[in-house]
Amino acid sequence: MKKRTIVLLLTIFIFLMAFIPLFARKDAEFGGSDDAGSTVVEEVDSGFQPIAEPIVEKLIGGELPGEVESLLFCIQTGIGVGVIAFYMGRLVERKKLGQGE
Amino acid sequence: MSKLQKKLLIVTTILAFSFGIMPVAYGMHIMEGYLPVGFCVAWGVICIPFLLAGFFSIRKTIEANRKTLVLLAMAGAFVFVISSLKIPSVTGSCSHMTGTGLGAILFGPSAVSILGIIVLLFQAILLAHGGLTTLGANTFSMAVAGPFVSYGIYRLGIKCKWNRYVTVFLAACLGDLFTYCITAVQLALAHHTDTSIAVALGKFLTVFAPTQIPLAVIEGLITCMIVMALETYAKPELRAIGFMKEVH
Repeated sequence: MKKRTIVLLLTIFIFLMAFIPLFARKDAEFGGSDDAGSTVVEEVDSGFQPIAEPIVEKLIGGELPGEVESLLFCIQTGIGVGVIAFYMGRLVERKKLGQGE
Repeated sequence: MSKLQKKLLIVTTILAFSFGIMPVAYGMHIMEGYLPVGFCVAWGVICIPFLLAGFFSIRKTIEANRKTLVLLAMAGAFVFVISSLKIPSVTGSCSHMTGTGLGAILFGPSAVSILGIIVLLFQAILLAHGGLTTLGANTFSMAVAGPFVSYGIYRLGIKCKWNRYVTVFLAACLGDLFTYCITAVQLALAHHTDTSIAVALGKFLTVFAPTQIPLAVIEGLITCMIVMALETYAKPELRAIGFMKEVH
């Protein structure tokens, strides 16, 4: 099999794997597993009180709005993708020009 | 509307909805404030030697050949991207991957601790995800323990002459999974007043591990694809960090 086919198949497979649970488990909430984590903390250590709260939440005096949170996560993804795409583009062009190898 | 157009419309609507109901989730670092002070300090101190080693190792790599900076930036960016994607899992909750396997394979485990702590700081300060008090513990699980397992498996695979992609896959996948096991251990060590450590550990593991298994597989596959791409386009750099000569 050609490399390109393998990459394509893998990509499709990854997407299927990531999104099938959404359709397969219609009743599930898909909350974060650290929320489940804090529930377990309460279960096994009922007297425990968190010793600090997140710095952003302290500053804005409440929970970070969901939309803003997703914005910040997008920024994080964007920075990463930007860097990877920029360098990958350079490397690909370099190979095309025959200077890489 | 023709049949095709109708079909297209339905498919796109379904797609739109599936993205629209993308669950809001929080991933799985240890939450801010969820470890007692003693543990926060202890995990932080344990991480310091790894971070120092990482700093020196990165400096050495870059001094030896400035070209490798490109790969380092990409490995760091990879952690950035991968750890920001929260993916639904079969257990009905969401979690995200670590992305540290790639860096560990390319630059060795200690260098990744620096890349990892940058991401963790970003998430702890801006995203209320993870936390500053739990930074030490999270650094240990994601940026030290996971990468060391990845690196160990990778070296083992090279020695035993396994297929390289299988090795990369296993390294990234198991490193990711191990990170979450360590998180469970850290939580169990700190929280077991109502039961024994073993019971608490079992409970934390059942929360984190099954959710993480499919994600670990995805991370393994993505890492494989990135390695394939780098092998095609970044041969000189890979050779400079000693990655290619092992295989050719």
